[in-house]
Amino acid sequence: MDLWNWIEYGAWALSAAFGLHMVLDWLRTDSAYPEDVLTSSREGELEAMAEEHKVKS
Amino acid sequence: MTEVDITSKTMDGIGPHGVKVGLLRVLGPAHVWALGVGIVLVGEYMGWNFAVGKGGAYAALIACWFAGILYSCVAMIDSEVTSTVASAGGQYTQAKHIVGPLMAFNVGLYLVFAYTMLEAANAITAGYLVSVVATMTGHQGDLNQRPFIILVIMFLAWLNYRGVLATLTFNLVITAFAFTAILILFLSTSGIIGAGIMDHAALFEGHELPYGWIGILASLHFGLWFYLGIEGTTQAAEEVRSPARALPFGTLAGIMTLLIAATLTWYVCSGVLPWEFLGDGVNGSVAPLFDTARLSGSTGLVWLLGFGTLFATLASANGCINDASRAWFAMGRDKYLPGWFGAVHPKYRTPYRAIVFLVPIALIFALGAPLDQVITFSILSGLLGYTFMPLNIIMFRKKWPLNSIKRGYEHPFHPLPAIMLLTLCGVTFFAVFLGYGTQLVAMIGFYIVVSLWFHFWRYRFVNRGAQFTMPWPKPQGY
Repeated sequence: MDLWNWIEYGAWALSAAFGLHMVLDWLRTDSAYPEDVLTSSREGELEAMAEEHKVKS
Repeated sequence: MTEVDITSKTMDGIGPHGVKVGLLRVLGPAHVWALGVGIVLVGEYMGWNFAVGKGGAYAALIACWFAGILYSCVAMIDSEVTSTVASAGGQYTQAKHIVGPLMAFNVGLYLVFAYTMLEAANAITAGYLVSVVATMTGHQGDLNQRPFIILVIMFLAWLNYRGVLATLTFNLVITAFAFTAILILFLSTSGIIGAGIMDHAALFEGHELPYGWIGILASLHFGLWFYLGIEGTTQAAEEVRSPARALPFGTLAGIMTLLIAATLTWYVCSGVLPWEFLGDGVNGSVAPLFDTARLSGSTGLVWLLGFGTLFATLASANGCINDASRAWFAMGRDKYLPGWFGAVHPKYRTPYRAIVFLVPIALIFALGAPLDQVITFSILSGLLGYTFMPLNIIMFRKKWPLNSIKRGYEHPFHPLPAIMLLTLCGVTFFAVFLGYGTQLVAMIGFYIVVSLWFHFWRYRFVNRGAQFTMPWPKPQGY
């Protein structure tokens, strides 16, 4: 086995670590917060407050 | 309203309307530039040179500038509409507000497919690059590319999951590096710094247009590679601090950067590599800028362009994950897809379910489909999206004329860019049909089937009352 074989194993291990971290955090988040909070994002909320559109008559 | 601070995590203007978590507004124009240029720049490092194979070096230059005009129109039109419809989803949200639900559903799918397939293609390329490095450093036998392909997708998805600011700051650094590498290669090989190695006259002699005018037409398809993806800047609309300023600034600076990078790339590579070698992207020059650096004889340039190629590939995949997940998230939020996808992570403020959901899809494409097919389907989805844009801007200007709503940017010479873009899209469709007719018909067939599914089944679940959110007056004529 040369260095590149070890790097291959390292890539597998890192991939598993990143994937596992995402899935575990996802499950933890879903169980910690109610669904209506997680899906409470609405489009255009800031625009409705910050922008003023004036119609020229 | 005075208590709103858009950079705050708790007082960013989202709470008072009963919304508890939303995407975080933390990005500036440089991040928008990095998102757009980052997705595209890999096309300068590889892929565009198939245009040389189709029609010779001059045909590739014509394709480069032809596509440059097309994408300048895209950038101008997108800047105007997105700085006004500043929400995640980009062109999907534009279509929803301006054209209608069925168009929006289709455009949303174009975006997700184009970006996810491009992400897969980038991961395949990154795996290949690692195997080349392994061979160059003395590794015996074939390196297994799969762990590196998977690592690219997993790492970048994880980065996107953890927050948009770090994700696009990372893109800014590696994209700037890749662009600077092209500039340095040009300065070093053209004779401005040190001795020049270019010989355009000798290389072009007798091969000006080897396949005549039909070669130019055939090469147009690959001219798109120089700029494909710049429209991705629109997906940052809901996460920039100042959409009216940052989106037009970042997008237009991005297309200017790419016009420079594309022309320099053509000039450098066609002046050093014979057109037969340059035009064969499979058995000849897979990475033309890197091959030019190798011919320069400078070890420093070889390393610089080697890292530039890898960074451009990573930046593209990273931007694609960002954009595909925003489009998927926005469709979920409006119930065009299950509302479950419209969730935002309460800590990282990212569309985490959309990001995680798209990971296995990218892996399936990256590990199970041939690269050329993945790239073709990505281009076709993008081209369908570009065809939508001129129709979109014409309807936008008609329904909401310039003096009726506030715009962040007003593009000049309307409707000339829209007509030009529509014409160029028509020509490019013909060019694609010549080379990839079967895939084009299959792709259009797929979108017809999913449109029927949306119309007859999915539309009943759409959150119709809540989907038109912009505080605009009624459109003219309604």
